[in-house]
Amino acid sequence: MTATLLIVPLQLVHLSVVDLVIIILYFALVLAIGLYLKDQANTGEDFFMAGREMTAWVAGLAFLSANLGSLELMGWAGNAYKYGILAAHWYWVGAIPAMLFLALVMMPFYHICKTHSVPGYLKLRYGQGSQALSSISFALMTVLMSGINMYAMAVVMRVVLGWDIHFSIWVSSITVAVYVALGGLRSAIFNEVLQFFLIWAGALLIPILGLIEAGGWNGLQAKILQNLTEQHVANPGAYTHLWSTLGNFADNPMGINWVGIVFGLGAVISMGYWTTDFLVIQRVLSAKDLRSAELAPIIGAAFKMLVPFIVILPGLLGLALLRDPHTGNLMRLVPGDLAWSEAGRAQGLHSYDEVLPLMLARYCGPGLLGLGITALIAGFMSGMAGNVSAFATVWTYDIYGALINKNASDDSKVRMGRWCTLLGVAVSIGTAYLVMHAQSIMDYVQALFSFFIAPLFGTVILGMLWKRATPAAGFWGLLTGTLSSIGMYIWVKVDPGAVRYVALSSQAQDQAQNMFRALWCWLICLLVTVVVSMVTRPKSDQELSGLVYGLTPVPSVGKVSLVHRPVFWATVVTIVFVILQIIFW
Amino acid sequence: MKTGGSLSIWFFVGLSLLVNGALIFGRGIWELITPPEHRVVLYELHANVWWGGLLLIVGIVYCWYFSPARESKV
Repeated sequence: MTATLLIVPLQLVHLSVVDLVIIILYFALVLAIGLYLKDQANTGEDFFMAGREMTAWVAGLAFLSANLGSLELMGWAGNAYKYGILAAHWYWVGAIPAMLFLALVMMPFYHICKTHSVPGYLKLRYGQGSQALSSISFALMTVLMSGINMYAMAVVMRVVLGWDIHFSIWVSSITVAVYVALGGLRSAIFNEVLQFFLIWAGALLIPILGLIEAGGWNGLQAKILQNLTEQHVANPGAYTHLWSTLGNFADNPMGINWVGIVFGLGAVISMGYWTTDFLVIQRVLSAKDLRSAELAPIIGAAFKMLVPFIVILPGLLGLALLRDPHTGNLMRLVPGDLAWSEAGRAQGLHSYDEVLPLMLARYCGPGLLGLGITALIAGFMSGMAGNVSAFATVWTYDIYGALINKNASDDSKVRMGRWCTLLGVAVSIGTAYLVMHAQSIMDYVQALFSFFIAPLFGTVILGMLWKRATPAAGFWGLLTGTLSSIGMYIWVKVDPGAVRYVALSSQAQDQAQNMFRALWCWLICLLVTVVVSMVTRPKSDQELSGLVYGLTPVPSVGKVSLVHRPVFWATVVTIVFVILQIIFW
Repeated sequence: MKTGGSLSIWFFVGLSLLVNGALIFGRGIWELITPPEHRVVLYELHANVWWGGLLLIVGIVYCWYFSPARESKV
């Protein structure tokens, strides 16, 4: 038993009857949607691909919503409190270029080859070795991560609402299991769109009221500067500037430099996540035609650019406005393990991750509070539904259908998909309980997940853009890239001094290490793939048609006006993205 | 966009906004009549009235525009 479980929780907010009604109605509606759609998930295409008939808006909002887990909301609000506006890099340079790249460069290949999954693309492009490696690692990591998110969510619900940890885990996961098992991807997507609206409706009021209280952006900056100066924090100005403090590792609270942000985060990690993580790609694969498939990530990118206003801004507002209600002194949030320890609770400490619920409790009375809590629950459920529906698809098509029962009928795949949904939820619950008893597992599983993302991007992007990449090279590049990432992680764990080689500075903090480790293992993956390709036999041009740039006739989006063209909206998003970087430089 | 069913996803979204908006707006009006003892910061702005009202209006518009009856005529 960990200390977290032994302590008596101090409840942050108290729900009224109207709050509970709003939360209960939300659960009723998501289950009703699952029941309503259960008769429209009878074939494999329906259950796993939502019939490939989603419009750009539906696919685009689901694409973003699957990524907006509650940990994403609360965790990154906490990171904004901890690191300042630098956390917004994960939403802007760490997302927008990659989402636009997916839309305009990679989506045509995913769409034309009609794959069911990213490992499915690797099978078509490289063969079964790469498919097996990526599908097994993805399936395993997806359900483990889902369990970790579930546990973290339950802990926060206990701290914020005083809910029993087992109640939170079982009620939320059973609800997700029911609506995804009944309606498949279509039900998951429908609910993700609903959850998207609820997240915004529940969270948008905090920055609006917060900016009114702080006196606008200038008032917010001045208050943060004043508070951090009072607390003798080094470089307080770095908390409200995106780029100007990234020249040196020591000049900003994240301990990172611009090379790590631009190349590690922007060019590798975000490209890896947004272009190859099947959790999000599956939503776009459900689009009804190529134009919708290209527009969906662009719509997602447009809203992703706005997410910092409901996530990062509340964190900054917490830094500026939160004061102890009894003493009137500045409130200082602390890491979760300290806040949730017996001593931490006795002192009334709050963790970084509680900044969003704290701001919610600050401004939202009965009714609005219920909607805000519903937004957090909706975030968790959309993330979990994304995980289990992606797990069910990869397991059914890339493990069961490819390795165990190659002659499986469509009916048996749908049955397997429904069982896998339940299995995925069960493994997630098991992982949540495992983490409850040994929290160090959480760090290792999160690290494990990061090992696969960067090399997978290297393998997929070379496969799409370079016809000479061979099947053997794809497999060995992916394997060595992954192993090199694990090797660097262990090296720094065993010898912390090694960080000066891995991250190019002994002052580099955890985030910087992750960025540079991703960059190196991606480069190793590329290098090995190129070298092995030179000495092994490539596939013929005919075999690569529909899979590789230069050998694939990409159909035109048709005769549509300028405002209906994906490239037009990608340009608009790019311009807004650049303007935001300049405003918050 | 019906995507196979007779009810559009946007209708479900409208329904959710309508019900939540009505509950929050109603609570806001109630608080105007009987102000609570413990008040949130910026209570005087009565966010639950205008935010609940906004959600209610958006919900009504969505429910009307994407209602099965209207869509079947279109």
